[in-house]
Amino acid sequence: MLDIVIWICGIMLGLGAIACLIRVAKGPSILDRVLALDVMLLIISAALCLEMVLHKHTDYLLFVVAACMLGFIGSVTVSRFVSDQRNA
Amino acid sequence: MPNKNFEPRDQRIDDALDTSGVRHRATLKQEWPLLLLLLFVWGALWQDFSLANMIFGAVIALVIVNLFPLPPVVLSGRINLWYCVKLFIWFLGQVVAASVHVAWLAMVRGKNTRSAIIAVPLRTGSDLIVMTVGHVLTLIPGSFVIDVDRSSSTLYLHYIDIQSPEDVETARAAIRDIERRLIMAIGSRDEYEAIKSECGPDFAARKG
Amino acid sequence: MELFLDILVAILLILGCLMSLIAGIGLLTFPDMLTRMHAATKPQVLGFLLIFAGLVIYLRSWAVIPVLALAWGMQLLTAPVSAHMIGRSGYRTKHAAKETLFSDELSLVVNRVNGAPPTGATPMSKAEAPEDK
Repeated sequence: MLDIVIWICGIMLGLGAIACLIRVAKGPSILDRVLALDVMLLIISAALCLEMVLHKHTDYLLFVVAACMLGFIGSVTVSRFVSDQRNA
Repeated sequence: MPNKNFEPRDQRIDDALDTSGVRHRATLKQEWPLLLLLLFVWGALWQDFSLANMIFGAVIALVIVNLFPLPPVVLSGRINLWYCVKLFIWFLGQVVAASVHVAWLAMVRGKNTRSAIIAVPLRTGSDLIVMTVGHVLTLIPGSFVIDVDRSSSTLYLHYIDIQSPEDVETARAAIRDIERRLIMAIGSRDEYEAIKSECGPDFAARKG
Repeated sequence: MELFLDILVAILLILGCLMSLIAGIGLLTFPDMLTRMHAATKPQVLGFLLIFAGLVIYLRSWAVIPVLALAWGMQLLTAPVSAHMIGRSGYRTKHAAKETLFSDELSLVVNRVNGAPPTGATPMSKAEAPEDK
């Protein structure tokens, strides 16, 4: 049963990632792209959790923690840079 | 060039400007929540809460806190654990309800979604409460903070799915409700009393 | 009992991943950047809570709870920061489309401040500030 569940989850995550990629390609502004990449990072962390369920280990736990802790730095940096550039 | 002609009672603007040139530093008494948090991070990352590891973690936490000093976080000195638990459960419920709402909007309404930027003047004067209200309402899907006016404790937020002036008032009432809950949980005694008298006789009924 | 727990894990995982899918759909369908922000970061808070809960129940171990609680807590702390920074710079640099807004009460303040002569760090709405105490 778990195989089917993992398949369903994987497909949903994949569709979500594709939607993010489309937004990255299309996004009218850089902030849209950063936002989409942020979501992408979260989707990758969710996929790591799924992999841990599939193979029943905890090796990637710290990757997930690191992604949750540091993921926001990228978007903060970019938005900071964007507003500075326009104000200067 | 910082303006020094602010009124002396406005402590918050004072420490924002830091006019005196003196660096405000937190004392150990003010910083113990941060130390506990660092200790928990250390233990969680090692997945080891044994005594030796905790002592080493405490040493590292002290070193970090002294090497990278932060301005003090002014706590109110009052905490009501029962309201904290209630707030957390209510928060989880709100997150679930609002996630469903945003999901419905994303799939059904799509391009026709309308939103608004609204100003919400808060009753509190404490930075901590303003910050926490902003955090909580940002975490609940449907609203996030765009800007803050610190001197008048006004939050400017982006609120999704607003189509009429009544919706604006509903949203504003919802934010002030979050503020009420937070003041009941961690607000100072004066503000707690103010909230209590404002809500009047149905205070007990609206504890939620 | 085992079967019940397994079904619970399955439901939690599927709902958690559904939140990611919703974030993706929201990114595609919402009209402007500020609205997209709602879809992007916030359903993930619930999604991660569900996925982490599923993971803990599946692994049947207490030892991973502090780590996952830390990860989730950090997300609670950091997600609003990035949302606020992106929203703020989006609003200030006119990256965000304004035509889908029903009303904009911040623009009144911004226009007034921009129109007023520069007065250093004087708070902008002292006269209208509600009395604290």
